[in-house]
Amino acid sequence: MRNHYSAWSLLRGALTGHRHWSPAWPEAKPKPAYDVIVVGGGGHGLATAYYLAKNHRITNVAVLERGWIGGGNTGRNTTIVRSNYLYPESSRLYDFSLKLYEGLSAELNFNIMLSQRGLVLLAHSRHDLDAMSRWANAMRMNGIDADLLSREEVASLVPGLDMSPGARVPVLGGFTQRRAGTARHDAVAWGYARAASQLGVDIIQNCEVTGFTQQAGHVVGVETNLGSIRAGRVGIAAAGHSSVLAGLAGFRLPVTSYGLQALVSEPLKPLLDTVVLSPGTGAYLSQSDKGELVIGAMLDLFPSYAQRGSFAITQSILAGVLALFPAYARLKMLRQWAGIVDVVHDSSPIIGRTPVPGLYINCGWGTGGFKGIPVGGWTLAHALATGENHPLAEPFQLERFQTGRLVDEAAASGIAH
Amino acid sequence: MMRIPCIVCGLRDENEFTCGGTSHLVRPAIDASDRDWAEYLFFRDNPKGLHHERWRHTQGCGQWFNLVRHTLTHEILTVYAMTESPPR
Amino acid sequence: MSAWRLAEPFGTLIDRSQPISFLFNGRSLTGLGGDTLASALLVNGVRLVGRSFKLHRPRGIFSCGIEEPTGIVDLLDGVRRTPNVRSTVVEISPGLAAESVNCWPSVRFDLGALNGWFAPLLPAGFYYKTFKWPNWHLFEPTVRRMAGLGRASLTTDQDRYEEVSTQVDLLVVGGGIAGLAAAIASAEAGARTTLLCAGAAPGGGLGAQGDPAVAEMIAKAGRAGVTVMPRTLAFGVYDHNLVCASEQLAGATRGPGVLRERLWKIRARSIIAAQGAFERPMIFPGNDRPGVMLSGAVQRYADAYGVACGRRIVIAANCDSAYRVAQRLRTAGIEVLAVLDRRPASHIGTHAEGVRTLASSGIGKVLGASSVKGCLTVAAEGPSVRSERLDCDLILSAGGHAPAVHLHSQAGGKLRWEAEASMFVPDGPAPGLYSVGACAGVFSRQAALEHAADVGRSLALGFTVPPAPVGGAGRSLASTRIAGVRGKAFIDLQNDVAATDIGLAALENYRSIEHLKRYTTTGMATDQGKTSNVNALVLMGELTQREPAQVGTTKFRPPFAPMTLGTLVGRRVGSLYRPLKHLPAVQWHAAHGALFEHFGNWSRPAAYPLAGESLNEAAQREARCVRQSVGLFDGSPLGKLEIWGPDAAQFLDLMYVGTMSTLRVGQARYGLVLNANGVVVDDGIVARLGEGHFWVNTTSAGVERTAAAFEEWLQCEFTNLKVFVTAVTARFANLTVSGPRAWEALAAIGFDAAFSPQNMTHMSLREGAFGAIPLRVLRASFTGELSYEINLPVDESGGLLEMLMAAIAPLGGCLYGIEALEILRTEKGYIHVGTDTDGTTLPGDIGFGRAIDGKRANFVGRRSLLRPAARDPQRLQLVALSPADGRTLLPCGAQIAALNPPTATEGHVTSSYWSPSLDAPVALAMLARGGERQGEHVGVHHLGRRIDAVVVKAPFIDPQGERLNG
Repeated sequence: MRNHYSAWSLLRGALTGHRHWSPAWPEAKPKPAYDVIVVGGGGHGLATAYYLAKNHRITNVAVLERGWIGGGNTGRNTTIVRSNYLYPESSRLYDFSLKLYEGLSAELNFNIMLSQRGLVLLAHSRHDLDAMSRWANAMRMNGIDADLLSREEVASLVPGLDMSPGARVPVLGGFTQRRAGTARHDAVAWGYARAASQLGVDIIQNCEVTGFTQQAGHVVGVETNLGSIRAGRVGIAAAGHSSVLAGLAGFRLPVTSYGLQALVSEPLKPLLDTVVLSPGTGAYLSQSDKGELVIGAMLDLFPSYAQRGSFAITQSILAGVLALFPAYARLKMLRQWAGIVDVVHDSSPIIGRTPVPGLYINCGWGTGGFKGIPVGGWTLAHALATGENHPLAEPFQLERFQTGRLVDEAAASGIAH
Repeated sequence: MMRIPCIVCGLRDENEFTCGGTSHLVRPAIDASDRDWAEYLFFRDNPKGLHHERWRHTQGCGQWFNLVRHTLTHEILTVYAMTESPPR
Repeated sequence: MSAWRLAEPFGTLIDRSQPISFLFNGRSLTGLGGDTLASALLVNGVRLVGRSFKLHRPRGIFSCGIEEPTGIVDLLDGVRRTPNVRSTVVEISPGLAAESVNCWPSVRFDLGALNGWFAPLLPAGFYYKTFKWPNWHLFEPTVRRMAGLGRASLTTDQDRYEEVSTQVDLLVVGGGIAGLAAAIASAEAGARTTLLCAGAAPGGGLGAQGDPAVAEMIAKAGRAGVTVMPRTLAFGVYDHNLVCASEQLAGATRGPGVLRERLWKIRARSIIAAQGAFERPMIFPGNDRPGVMLSGAVQRYADAYGVACGRRIVIAANCDSAYRVAQRLRTAGIEVLAVLDRRPASHIGTHAEGVRTLASSGIGKVLGASSVKGCLTVAAEGPSVRSERLDCDLILSAGGHAPAVHLHSQAGGKLRWEAEASMFVPDGPAPGLYSVGACAGVFSRQAALEHAADVGRSLALGFTVPPAPVGGAGRSLASTRIAGVRGKAFIDLQNDVAATDIGLAALENYRSIEHLKRYTTTGMATDQGKTSNVNALVLMGELTQREPAQVGTTKFRPPFAPMTLGTLVGRRVGSLYRPLKHLPAVQWHAAHGALFEHFGNWSRPAAYPLAGESLNEAAQREARCVRQSVGLFDGSPLGKLEIWGPDAAQFLDLMYVGTMSTLRVGQARYGLVLNANGVVVDDGIVARLGEGHFWVNTTSAGVERTAAAFEEWLQCEFTNLKVFVTAVTARFANLTVSGPRAWEALAAIGFDAAFSPQNMTHMSLREGAFGAIPLRVLRASFTGELSYEINLPVDESGGLLEMLMAAIAPLGGCLYGIEALEILRTEKGYIHVGTDTDGTTLPGDIGFGRAIDGKRANFVGRRSLLRPAARDPQRLQLVALSPADGRTLLPCGAQIAALNPPTATEGHVTSSYWSPSLDAPVALAMLARGGERQGEHVGVHHLGRRIDAVVVKAPFIDPQGERLNG
């Protein structure tokens, strides 16, 4: 029996030396066969396993992780969750995700520290103001909270912005989604892992998929460094390496892998309450509960599988941050890293069937996969359980690249997602 | 930050260049199927390893050229002209 | 007071003739020139410097370098406030003020220390298990207030930073004897060699002891031509041998706008890492108490700063170096009560004369609440001995060494576990980077000197680089703790990660090194785990029956030490951040009352308000003036390309939706540029100057993008075409005279009759001159009025502006800015690409469907227009909108739908202005099936407000286009 997490269980631990805790998820050795195998032990893969068990009562499931769970983009992003999207298709998807996030700590019995401190987007020109008006109004059409902010409102929500008359990057106003915020990224992976394993899912780390076993054109299992494992259906949720896995199964994706950098400052006493996004400079930042400023960057614009990031981009993103917050010049960068993200032309995900029967995929989230973890898992689980695409995922199929029905948020808003 | 060997100017810092993505894509004729057109526009090998790609020395001579570069180590093996075939 | 200043020869770095006073928590203290804040605090007997992150336990100075986990302060200097400064690396200067972090109301009496009472409730990751009910939001504000260390200022930083790029043959990182030996050998072999040293001078630990051999090496390096860069810390190795380093500029804490730090970007043919090793702390209960310090640090404070950190010391040891430290400190007159060596006697390779040594023993308890007052011994194994009380005032922690493999790892090098000395060492060189000395695991002085010189010489001459002779550190046990001893022993001193937390992580299966780090936060503090990582992973291995190498190490990433953001950005601040472009005649416009705003990367006149006029009022007046008489507009940012070559016409047919090859010389045509995906990305006018010579106007914002796209298609795809594209935006100014009296104005100042509307039709271009000024005059119009776009050499624009101003003034004309232009083009229903269109707009959506059907040649993007989505009847199409009441301005960005939200949108308003000529609002919108909905009423929704509007026929003014001809 696994522990229930609560203040009482902590109190019990305090009295007994914290020796009663059990593994958050037990180490598992692969069985010869599973009903479903999920390749990739990041947030999306673990959420997929959890929803397979919870929503579809399929518990004979293995999650295969090449390294350690949550070690890819789940543990490398800037932890922002939001659903401020323009198109109804995206809105439905991301708001469903945000709503799942809102109930996740209680559902998983694991505090993911969802912190809805709001998101402020900065308008630096009249053109930005008009674009944000369109954006905020579109969100309201989709039933999602959004408000335009005056220059003064932005100044009071975001102290430290350069509001001087000569500012190189003037702030004219902005818009906000108050339900947006951040969540603790590792906790999302661990929480799903713990809940999934409690329902019977095997989580197998250090297990690298090296091939897909096919019979009569159908995927019936995987080859791994720990041997062959058979499966009724296989799902891939391995952002950054989606193309590599697709290649093993014999098809191509409309995906290119790029490095996406992030960095944090040293911990500081509270200084910035909301998430701030400046489309004009490409900077986005927030302050974590630990006090570190978490700063995100634009893509390193060349294909890469290296998780380090180019110094030129680090400099350029920090220049944007200092243009907005000139006082931050005396702060220090503590850590910098990069994740490898799947970039597709329209910056929207792909969730559903692949050209290979029996094989399903969840990929292409670009720079925004973290906020999509709950819905990505929910919809991939649905496809794996039923063989059918989930209605929320219907607009996000590979076919759209042939029909031209792209869901191009970035192009529509002029802002990278 | 990489150093890119411009085919005209020699080694320069990466931020003088623009990467144009995969090289040697063959543009289908206008009567190509939607599927073939999508393959051309969007679908890529995206290798973790050696990648044939094109770069432009945007902040320099403006020339486009091809590179063979490793996408994990970022090691650059070869540089060759836009109209040349990939080296064996 | 237990600390004092030692006599010479101790204190090689200080200037005893230069007392410096400084403030610590408001108290005035005195140090000497050359002192770091840490050495000055120590000599003043300040033990309690700050509070730990989670439990607010008392913390003092622990180390003597960048690895410092606990001696963290905020520095204050007037309006400057620098948070989280390691007291061990900042030199004191007159007037320097420092204050403790993470404590309130004071470091001695800190309310946060109450957390300590609840410590048993707060094990690693406790927050994942609680605060869920009823809602994290209730707890979070308190957690946020408790978290964080220093306080940041919100005042704009007054100081400056700069950046220098350079190239060298060989870059040596680290100024100790190994680095010096490598640099000397390299320079003597003829290589351009630079040596970076983090401190004020090279020499390292031996140099600080005043070793004459080191002084000789420094002199030799100078003679050999080594460039030595002091106070310069290499913090990152990036692709293709780029090393980034930050240089602290001496005295940079004074005066307004001083140069504070300099970033060096050094491209090296080869890199030699010689950064030495960090000392591993011992793990014992109370090892976080102020007065427990690293042994090497205590020696360094004595050697370099002449500071005796205590009078009676005990050393907890796991390595031979502890005995050298003991010996050295005894010569300084410090009493060494005992060395408690965790190792069995058989492992101990050296002794300190006259020092009591207890093998297989350690510390069982530290006495004293906020400072060490003694300790109790404990036996490690074997026959149990009675615990003994030692009345020491300082405890030295000497757990062995951890080579500084950071740069090696950043460069892609691998590590291996060296079992004898219990340390990770480089497993061969990294690509382009070679380690020497202690950071390579070479601890014998002679071997390190020889190997380093050999490496330096070999790299300079292109010889094979010899492998590192790892060894010389003696034997150390992997574990620096004695298992089974009760009490809270810390692994990460800043983040309060105790040995029990590592145990909890093991119990809960956070066993991979990355999970351990993230779950317990060990190594995540501002010291980046320099003193905690190895202990944490060894302990995890011990608890899970794995070798340290099996637990693995986290990947080291830049920066090696926390880096100032200002340094990383350099001069890319203020107006030098993405510098704005200005009109060639910017002064002239300023003198004529221009109100400048940013449009893309240009600063342009939005309008020319008269006294008391708002921007909007000015734009209304200017737009009315253009319709009624004449206006003058500086359109110099308009994109301008010249296309040359025998295949130029064919090329432009490929690039534009319009057909350009059928233009006659002197004729001009409007065209749309698409990307391969069929999306409208630019528009403009193409005019033919000659058979193989075209003049192309693009949008102001799109010219670089469009020119780049043209080049890419030419160089990469249509390689058979003989065409040159020359960007000439910056060569030509563009002054536009527009309005019914435009020609009247030009004629009045003597423009050639060849330019008259009779002799030059709409959409034509004529080359000519005005006086000595060569002109290219285009008759095209974005206002809907008779317009002359006069292109001329940039240097002449001020002069011609002056003359044109004189010409229009008598006609009642005025200058107009971008806002008026937007009103005028909206009245005419002309699109503005990027405003009315977005990255999804296809040419058919803005009325170019038939033009495409009629064009025979292929063009970029055409195939994409044949896909199902492009032929969808529900697509958004450009329409004109009027409010049903004829008065209400339709807000830009408002959504269109029949029902109130939430509901499906049918489109949105893209441009909207009050038309001064119609005295009514005008708007453009993208609307589903818009083309067939003329006359329909639609609902326009803006932030909860609904406005009824009617789809009307564009344009709002002059549907026949008669005004284009004046």
